[in-house]
Amino acid sequence: MDLSPLWISLATSLVATAITLFVGVGAAAWRSSRRGFFAVVVDCVFLLPLVLPPTVVGFFLLLIFGRRGPIGQLLLRFDATVVFSWPATVIAAVVVSLPLMYLSARAALEMVDPHLLEAARTLGATEWRVFREVALPLAWPGVIAGTILAFARALGEFGATLMIAGDIPGRTETIPITIYFAVEAGQMWRALLWCGADVAISLLLLGGVYYWTQLQRATRGIR
Amino acid sequence: MPLSVAIEKKLAEFTLAVEFAATDRPLSILGASGAGKTMLLRCIAGLEKPERGRIVLDDRVLFDAERGVNLPARERGVGLLFQKYALFPHRNVAENVGFGMANATGEQRKERMSELNAQMRIDGLANRYPSELSGGEQQRVALARALATGPQALLLDEPLSALDTHLRSQISLLLQETFAEYRRPALMVTHNIEEAYRMSEELLVLQRGQVAAFGRREDVFQRPASAEVARLTGCKNISRVQANGDGSFFATDWGIKLWGDRVANGATRFAGIRAHHIAWVRSNEDVPARKNVVPCWLARISETPFGMTVFLRTRETERASDEIELQAELTKEEWERVRGEEQPWTVGMAAGNIFLMDS
Repeated sequence: MDLSPLWISLATSLVATAITLFVGVGAAAWRSSRRGFFAVVVDCVFLLPLVLPPTVVGFFLLLIFGRRGPIGQLLLRFDATVVFSWPATVIAAVVVSLPLMYLSARAALEMVDPHLLEAARTLGATEWRVFREVALPLAWPGVIAGTILAFARALGEFGATLMIAGDIPGRTETIPITIYFAVEAGQMWRALLWCGADVAISLLLLGGVYYWTQLQRATRGIR
Repeated sequence: MPLSVAIEKKLAEFTLAVEFAATDRPLSILGASGAGKTMLLRCIAGLEKPERGRIVLDDRVLFDAERGVNLPARERGVGLLFQKYALFPHRNVAENVGFGMANATGEQRKERMSELNAQMRIDGLANRYPSELSGGEQQRVALARALATGPQALLLDEPLSALDTHLRSQISLLLQETFAEYRRPALMVTHNIEEAYRMSEELLVLQRGQVAAFGRREDVFQRPASAEVARLTGCKNISRVQANGDGSFFATDWGIKLWGDRVANGATRFAGIRAHHIAWVRSNEDVPARKNVVPCWLARISETPFGMTVFLRTRETERASDEIELQAELTKEEWERVRGEEQPWTVGMAAGNIFLMDS
């Protein structure tokens, strides 16, 4: 049996989550210290993929990354196309999982007592050090929660991926897409098998997270 | 002057407009809650930006609105002690104290740490987390953390307010020791009169963002500049005043004629006397001939652990709606002696203890 959907799904989700983590936390950190119209605009842009149907997101991505789109044109100059290739699955997964990361990280950063950040500043810390050594560690549980949500969302991504990456076996065919086409082709056992794989990955993930938080509590004494 | 401050900042209900200079000795800033005390400290520390003015520490300009200078908090070299300590909950005591010493070498760090550990008596706490410390321990760690950076000025925001009575006197002693050794400007904000008096020889009284009094503590307490300062420094008896022309005055709120510590004139608006300066006069003394001696009737009493607050009326008749009672502080023994005597009691107020105020 061809196991490629499993590897493609895992690779896509891992890479997408890593990107989401940096972009999401970075944007949240930028946003948490700002007010005003522009901040609201940024909020809307980041949250839009959460509200729109994945097919709509995928269609927009197609417009942007397609051969006639702005980024697609740019890539063509370097003789590269991204649509219907593996990176496209990553792009789709990043865009749909980013709102969850952004929301969790922002909420967690805004929960950090501002007096602690001010104390760090009066002790001579640069803004980067304030973020890295005070804000981020204290917001960490929220960031981890966001990472888990983002990974889960990336793993389950279907609509936008299908629009922008298609279903090329061995290259862009992730588990959800495999399941869809298996059902369509009447291969019920194959579909069921992949559903089982999905459930197993999710359980492993949740179990790992639970174990990890218990370990954290035991070693750091933080309630 | 090591630290000179002259700033203006608009707040929600009033404008903070303060000008003063601090020496290398501690200075207490006294004021009711919401008078702008904390905001003043935050402006000096660089956490808030005033609209106008200048802040100069030694010869470094920390802030100058006209020249567009506004050093960020990290470059000011000013230590700030937060009311709720603001210890980093994810770092243990050693990591908290060491936070501000990131640029020091390992050797310097170690030396400074052990110095501070001894001074603040936090020796055995290095590996504990803030959540595992008592309030007093947290305060000592916060103080060590602020001193670790070698700040050129120290700002303390109500350092004793979150502690219970026993810890309060402990930390208060520790702070006095620390100040004695520190010999740099140390501003301590408080709304507690006794604390303010105990901790520093100089006092600054803040009222709705304005300096209501500034000077030696004896002067501020004995000669309050205004009725508001008298009230803030704990004076319980304040009356409106009408000058009589012969140097005496009529205290309208108490309905009696008195002489004060100076001649009352048309500009004099208030008179005040502290509760413990009201004394009982023996009835066999030559009462009518003496100044500032008045008959009083008991209105009510209020008991404290070691004394008695006695509220007195200057008329025997039913209490008039606008009449203000005089408050006197007696020890328990004095009260036992006085309570049996027949009313009206004869009460004296030494002229030197009655301070007159023009505002």
